[in-house]
Amino acid sequence: MQKSQIMRSEPDEHGHWGKFGGRYVPETLVAPLEELSEEFTRARHDNDFWRELNQLLRDYAGRPTPLFHAERLTARAGGAQIYLKREDLLHTGAHKINNAMGQVLLARRMDKRRVIAETGAGQHGVATATVCALFGLRCIIYMGAEDVRRQALNVFRIRLLGAEVITVNAGTRTLKDAINEALRDWVTNVHDTYYLLGSALGPHPYPLMVREFQSVIGREAREQILSASGKLPRALVACVGGGSNAIGLFHPFIADEQVRLIGVEAGGRGDSLGEHAARFHTGANSGGGRVGVLQGTMSYVLQDPNGQIATTHSISAGLDYSAIGPEHAFLHDNGRAEYIRSSDTEALEGFRLCAKLEGIIPALETSHAILPAIQVARELPQDDAIILNLSGRGDKDVHLVADLKK
Amino acid sequence: MSPIGKTFAALKCRGRGGFIPFITAGDPDIATTELLLIELAAAGADIIELGVPFSDPVADGETIQRASERALRNGVTLRDALACVRHAKKHVDVPIVLFSYFNPLLKFGEERLAKEAKQAGVDAILVTDLTPEEAQPWIEILVQRELDPIFLVAPTTSDKRLKEIARQSRGFIYAVSRAGVTGARDQMTDDAEALVKRVRSVSDLPVAVGFGISTAEQVRQVWHFAEAAVIGSAIVREIEKLGKSPDLVKRVAEFARSLLEPKETSQ
Repeated sequence: MQKSQIMRSEPDEHGHWGKFGGRYVPETLVAPLEELSEEFTRARHDNDFWRELNQLLRDYAGRPTPLFHAERLTARAGGAQIYLKREDLLHTGAHKINNAMGQVLLARRMDKRRVIAETGAGQHGVATATVCALFGLRCIIYMGAEDVRRQALNVFRIRLLGAEVITVNAGTRTLKDAINEALRDWVTNVHDTYYLLGSALGPHPYPLMVREFQSVIGREAREQILSASGKLPRALVACVGGGSNAIGLFHPFIADEQVRLIGVEAGGRGDSLGEHAARFHTGANSGGGRVGVLQGTMSYVLQDPNGQIATTHSISAGLDYSAIGPEHAFLHDNGRAEYIRSSDTEALEGFRLCAKLEGIIPALETSHAILPAIQVARELPQDDAIILNLSGRGDKDVHLVADLKK
Repeated sequence: MSPIGKTFAALKCRGRGGFIPFITAGDPDIATTELLLIELAAAGADIIELGVPFSDPVADGETIQRASERALRNGVTLRDALACVRHAKKHVDVPIVLFSYFNPLLKFGEERLAKEAKQAGVDAILVTDLTPEEAQPWIEILVQRELDPIFLVAPTTSDKRLKEIARQSRGFIYAVSRAGVTGARDQMTDDAEALVKRVRSVSDLPVAVGFGISTAEQVRQVWHFAEAAVIGSAIVREIEKLGKSPDLVKRVAEFARSLLEPKETSQ
C-alpha cells in the first residue's frame, strides 16, 4: 500500500481498504448494492444533492454543531484544552441523523418507498424514523429484544414517529441480530426497499457512504478548532462501535499526520471472549485481533476458534457489536489510528463526570471516550488542544443508570 | 470429469432430473447426520448438500437458522462436518457439496480446508456469502484440489455477472428460485424458469434450482426446466419435527423418497 493511499484512506472501486471491506453477500443482494453504489456515486458528484442535504442538515437537524471549550473537564485533566464536538445537540440527539438524512435522499432518488433499518441503542432507529416521517416513507426498524428492553424510551420514540419496530429474538438479541434480520428483509423485498444502514459497516458502498455523510463532523470541527485555537488539535477521541461517529470526525484529519486519532472500544466487564466488544483486544482468550467476515464486510471480528461469531457485552447497546467498520481495521493496521478500550465502570464514571463538570449528560456510548480524553489531555501541554466527539446525548440512558444505582 | 459432472451426465442418459437434499451437519447430532447422508443416498439423492452451521446465517430463513442453532449447541464444528463426510463416504459414493458461510472456512484456513475437505471426500464447496468478485484466490485453491467451486445466481443477477459467474463455476450452477431467504413456500414463481433460461444462454453447465422447493409436485415442475432440484428447509423441517425420535433417519429417508415418487405420498 502506497503512503499516499493511506493518507487519503480511499477504498478501491469495489470498496476495499487493503484487504478490508468488500462485498460478502448472498448473490441476490449484489444487484441492489451495485445500484446503490451507482446512485451514490452520481449523488456524490451532484451539487444539487449536496445543496439540498446541507440545507436540511442546517434547517432541520441543526448543523453546524458547536465546538465547545470544556473548561472544567480541562481543569480536571490539567493538560491540553478539551473541546467537545456537540453532536448531541442535533435533532434526535446524536450524530446518526447526518447519515440518515443523506441516505433518505438517496432512497428518494431511487424511488424506494419502503425503508428498513437496524438499530442498537435506538439512536439510528429514531433518526431513520424521523427522516422517513419527514419524507412520508414507510419505515420498519429491526431491534434486538435485549436492546428493546434497555432502550425502551427510544422504542417509544420510534413508534411515535410512525415507524414499526420489529423485535428480533434470534441469537444474542442485540445489534448484530437486528442487522441479520434487516438483511433478510432486504433480500426478500429488494425491489421496493431501501436498507438504511446506520454505521460505517456492512457491504460496499455502506462503509464509504456512511463515512462521507458523517465526515461533516470532522470538516466542521477542523474549521472550528483552527479558528478557536489557531492550530490543529493534537488528538481526536471518539467511541467506536461500528465506528461512524469516529470515522466522521477522523476522516477530514487523516492527512494531518501530527493529529493522533484515538478510537475507544467497549471494554465491557472483563477480558475474556463474550465479556467485551473490543475487536482489537489481542489478550489471551479475548477473541479479539482476528480478521473475519461478518455481515458483508471483511474486518476485525470477535469470534471463537471455529469462526463462530462471538457474543459481546457492553453497558451501551450502541457499542455492543462483534465487528468494526473496515476503514477502522485499515487505519489500525497501518498505524494511522490507535484503538484503546474503556470498561463499563469507566464509562459510567465518564458519564457522571461529564454531567457534573459540564452540565452535559452524554450517551453511554460517548461516555466511553471521556476518561480516555482526560488521560490524553493530561499528557499534553496546556497550549495544545484535543477534540472529544460528544456523539450523542444521554437521556435514553438515564433510566438505565438510575437502575444501576439501586 | 468431476464426480458431480459424472452424476449429471448419468442423469441426462437416464432422462431424469436430479434430486439434491440439504441437511445441516450436527442437526440433531453429528452421528445422525452421518446416517442421514447414507440413507438419503439410498433414498435416491443424486448429490447431497451438507450445511456447516454458522452463528449468523443471513441467507437462511427460520427453519435452517434453527437447525444451525441446534448444531452449534451440540458444539459441532467444520472439522466434525468433514469427519462425518469421511465416515459416510466409506458406505456411499454420493457427491457431497459443502455449503457454508465464509467466516468458518476463513478461520479454518482456505488451503487447509481444501486439502482436508478433498481428503474427507467432499466434491464441491458453495459459500453462501462469497461471490466470484471476492473469491480470489479461493477458486484457484479449490480447482487445484479438484474441488468444484459452486456459485449462486439469483433473479436479480445481471446478464453481465451471470456470464462471469458461469465462467468461474464448475460442476453445476445453483439458481436461487426467487428473491428471499431459504424456506419452504407454497408457490413457485416464474422467476426460476426465466433465470434458468438466462443461464442457458451463457453456460453449458447443469443448473440446480433451490430456495422454497418443498413438494414432489414442485420438484417435477423444476425438472421441466432445470437439471436438478435442491430441497433444504422441507427436509430440515422433518428433522426438526422428529427431534430425538429413534426412527428419525428412516422417516426422513421416507420423506425424501416421497419427494421423488409422488404416488406413495398420496396414500
